[in-house]
Amino acid sequence: MSSARDQILKRVNDALAPLPERAPLPDWDRELVHVRETAIPPSTDLWALFSERLKSVNGEPVDDLATLVNLLRENGWLHGYCDPALWPELQSAFDESFTVETDFDRTRVDDYAFGITAVAGAIAETGTLILGDNTTSSRLGALTPWAHIAVVRDAQIHPDILAAINALPEDPNLIFVTGPSKTADVEGILIEGVHGPGRQLALRR
Amino acid sequence: MANQPIDAYAASLPPDKRESVYQSTKGTHEKRTKLLWDHFLDPNELRQTAGRIKQHVIENLDTLLPAAEAKLQANGVQVHWAPTAEDACAAVHGIMDARGATKLVKSKTMVSEEIELTPYLEKRGMEALETDLGEFIIQIDHDHPSHIVRPIIHKNRREIATSFEREGLGDYNDEPEVITRRARDFLRQKYLQADVGLTGGNFISAESGRLVLVTNEGNSRFCLAAPKVHIALVGIEKLVPRDRDLGLLLNLLGRSATAQQLTVYTEFITGPKSPTQPDGPEEMHVIFVDNGRTEVLASQCREILRCIRCGACLNVCPIYRQASGHAYRSVYPGPVGAVLSPLLAGKQFPELADLPKASSLCGACNEVCPVDIPIPDLLLRLRDKGKTEGAPKASIGVPPMGGWALMASQPTAWKAALAGGKVINHIPTKLIPFPPLQSWTSSRTLPEWRGGSFRKWMKNRPSK
Ligand code: SF4
Repeated sequence: MSSARDQILKRVNDALAPLPERAPLPDWDRELVHVRETAIPPSTDLWALFSERLKSVNGEPVDDLATLVNLLRENGWLHGYCDPALWPELQSAFDESFTVETDFDRTRVDDYAFGITAVAGAIAETGTLILGDNTTSSRLGALTPWAHIAVVRDAQIHPDILAAINALPEDPNLIFVTGPSKTADVEGILIEGVHGPGRQLALRR
Repeated sequence: MANQPIDAYAASLPPDKRESVYQSTKGTHEKRTKLLWDHFLDPNELRQTAGRIKQHVIENLDTLLPAAEAKLQANGVQVHWAPTAEDACAAVHGIMDARGATKLVKSKTMVSEEIELTPYLEKRGMEALETDLGEFIIQIDHDHPSHIVRPIIHKNRREIATSFEREGLGDYNDEPEVITRRARDFLRQKYLQADVGLTGGNFISAESGRLVLVTNEGNSRFCLAAPKVHIALVGIEKLVPRDRDLGLLLNLLGRSATAQQLTVYTEFITGPKSPTQPDGPEEMHVIFVDNGRTEVLASQCREILRCIRCGACLNVCPIYRQASGHAYRSVYPGPVGAVLSPLLAGKQFPELADLPKASSLCGACNEVCPVDIPIPDLLLRLRDKGKTEGAPKASIGVPPMGGWALMASQPTAWKAALAGGKVINHIPTKLIPFPPLQSWTSSRTLPEWRGGSFRKWMKNRPSK
């Protein structure tokens, strides 16, 4: 008996055999997918554009560390997780009212109000954050807390989706995150934070 | 004359359900159109190019499938092949067994609906839990999704609140926010307990072996963060040739499906987690599912395999809007379902042979389709198939037109009929016991007969 693989490939071959010719692979120009209003000139301040787009998908850009810490405090988000590689750089802004762990304990997912992780990139056109295994210290640390803070550096921002896809880094798992987790399953009403973060922030560094 | 099954179903729907399906599909459709035309200089050129790329894919599956397989394997993914639904279920079961796994969490996948994976696993003592909010509600209600993108478009918050109360997920509360939070609390525990995360696959790039998944809720991300094994069920047609084509298709998918520029979570997965990453699958499996797709490929309707399951054709379809998804009696509803379901049914084609008639052939589905599938043409081809194969379902609601055909194909008979046709203006046609006429006039008014005058005019026209 032939293997399942051979069986399927044989059926594919048989199905395609009668075709007099095959549809060619079209080439296409990047102009085709250029979003009209964001045809981005090279001199554009990508952080400014990224911030504006992030806001339009209900994400929150944060320009500096002090603002972030205030925001966390105001919301009563005092217990969180932070990528161990970022903590030395951020630590001094957090006072003793905060408890920040650099090891994510999956048995206590609900204890973390916030998670701070680094990005692999960002996309200005869509307000998207790119997370990867090699850059995100813990998938769960970026996903389960109510607020996720992605740390973005200016040089990491791509102008548009195509540029980002053309420059995807080597990484077994890359994820484009565009705003907070959301659903409209119940009567089409938009609710945020269905499985992942209810608040998606981006901190500029 | 009997109603077509889909009309009968639509007529049986409570008016409030019909209205809510109508309103929400209409709203999404309008937003989608605005977004595409606001954003792109030439959205039509964009969709046609996407269509040509996907057509290339399906006509070159013989080389693209092995190419994708080789890349996946080089990336550390185990590749399985499933000729039938049963094979696909058995493959999932086999992977679970080998790991001693008993609990699986699923991120919405239409293929798993198609192969009826959940009952298969449950019968064998495994737990398979849906995590997409809509699909989770469908599962606790033992119901079926009625839309590819919005599975519970047919349910209102009161029904959902009642189901949650019945399942012990808190006292009755129909606030969507409360419903969502309760599902969040319940499901995150399930993700953490599960051994396996199962997803579908929106695209696989043959160039790099990247598997692309899109969700808004983040449930697929959770399925790939907590459990140690990832299984992706992927239809053999879901390939794209190059990574850059993903840029084009993703630009279209979010806008066409839910009028978003980009879906909230778009994942590009090449394999098991990186060794430095504490969370995520140590093992990744891709199961390529045929289950009738090669038969579709061999048919005159192979273009339907371009479909990227965006749901735009459902939202715009006047029949879907009135009838909702369950009227299509199959996994894939709406215009795409009217083509795909009868084809995937294989020998059971006659059972669904009426679906290709569930269309006004207005062409709206073709116009919105991000991969430019000529759905109306495919429906006509399938109507023809139904008729040639003599499927009884294909002729429900169609008056026998044999007599008419005979008359219309004989010039003498035709002329005589035209000349004598005036008589009809003086007869109460509704009372004539002639089924084809009765069926026609039951929902229309017969216009006044004016036949024959064109010929007279033509004849008497002064020659130049
Ligand atoms: S047929 Fe076209 S419009 Fe309909 S779901 Fe598929 S891709 Fe979308």
